[in-house]
Amino acid sequence: MFKYIENTPIDLFPIKIEKLNYSSGNNQIITNANITIQSKGITVIMGPNGSGKSVLVRLLHGLLTPTTGYISYNNNSLDKSIRRRQAMVFQTPTLLRRTVLSNIAFADSINGKIDLAHCKILLNLLGLKSFQSYPAQLLSAGEKQRLALARALVLKPYILFLDEPTANLDPASIQLIEEIVQNANKSGVKIVFITHDIGQAKRIADDIIFLNKGEILEYTETNLFFQTPQTKETAAYLDGNIIL
Amino acid sequence: MKINLISLIVACIIGLPAGAGLAITRFPTKNIIVAISNALMSLPPVVVGLIVYLYLSRSGPLGWLELLYTPTAMIIAQVILVTPIITSLSCQIIEDLQEDYKEYFSSLVISPQKAIKAYIYDARYSLMTVVLAGFGRAISEVGAVIIVGGNIDHLTRVMTTSISLETSKGNLPLALALGLILLIISLSVNFLATFLKNSAKRKAYV
Repeated sequence: MFKYIENTPIDLFPIKIEKLNYSSGNNQIITNANITIQSKGITVIMGPNGSGKSVLVRLLHGLLTPTTGYISYNNNSLDKSIRRRQAMVFQTPTLLRRTVLSNIAFADSINGKIDLAHCKILLNLLGLKSFQSYPAQLLSAGEKQRLALARALVLKPYILFLDEPTANLDPASIQLIEEIVQNANKSGVKIVFITHDIGQAKRIADDIIFLNKGEILEYTETNLFFQTPQTKETAAYLDGNIIL
Repeated sequence: MKINLISLIVACIIGLPAGAGLAITRFPTKNIIVAISNALMSLPPVVVGLIVYLYLSRSGPLGWLELLYTPTAMIIAQVILVTPIITSLSCQIIEDLQEDYKEYFSSLVISPQKAIKAYIYDARYSLMTVVLAGFGRAISEVGAVIIVGGNIDHLTRVMTTSISLETSKGNLPLALALGLILLIISLSVNFLATFLKNSAKRKAYV
């Protein structure tokens, strides 16, 4: 049985985003974002292409520094000790030029000693056990993404960010990733998940952040989001219309 | 050959982490240091030999070490010649790899030391070409080692200085034979490295 999280997790809630702005050159990517995330469930971030979803997650994970504004976890500013309690799965995973097992072992080594038995349990969980000695770069897209998820989970993060992890994957891989993510969340791992897939959001989300043109237009519970969208942009997005 | 290998190992111990460190760090004078390192790749061996000679000669600042005309002096000269090659070329290779890895490593919040180790390990097959370039420089070098080594029989005479000596004596068959052996060694090492790199490529480790 894989333990997703240590027995005594530190409290990182609430996650507060205050007056957050991020720009790159002359492009304003995130504009005056203000939300407080209390939910320990699965928070899904949705929005059209170029709305700033990936940038918001990178800001939350500390990969980018806000131009102005703050992000805090339980009223503590985002520092290395908090970042080490987080993990991220990227849309296009960067796998090390090593075997599948070595990729997980490298991530495991970050927290100190490498526990190979633990790594192998995780590989088994994600259906990659038979590939453990296989070069990671030669895996299929779905297998690579599962390995990326395994590599993130081996860190035993308290918060797991996933940037469209199931984009372009087959239904079986999507189902497996959703199951693992939901199990991790049940064990106490906070999930922040970017997706364009409305069906997926309905299946897994507890609450939804909707972004458009760098602005957070909605942050609400899943049922409310789909039943009574509060803005015309959200309604248009859910209807499959291009937001102008 | 032993002198060449020791020089190469020392140059790799210095040059690979230096190249990786240079590739992954950002500081204001980085471009200047990279340019200097690149320029040092074409250091004239005779000039290096002369500088090392001046430092190690009895009246030089390091004369008290009594290293002139010893294998150690030859190793020092070759390390000075080979290290910039290892540093510059490994810096270029690891900069390319860093483009792929930097976001993941940043996400892991790993230390620069651990990152350097990982970059060198993951670029190991590409870095073989760098080590080969260093080996080529060391094995073909004659100008510096003859100045600081003195070409003393059974002490500081290496294949290249032997070839030079036998040619000047007019003993061309021996010079040619030694040259052929040198060529075979060099080609064998290159073939082995190419074979390893190609098999690594098939496994997508390059």
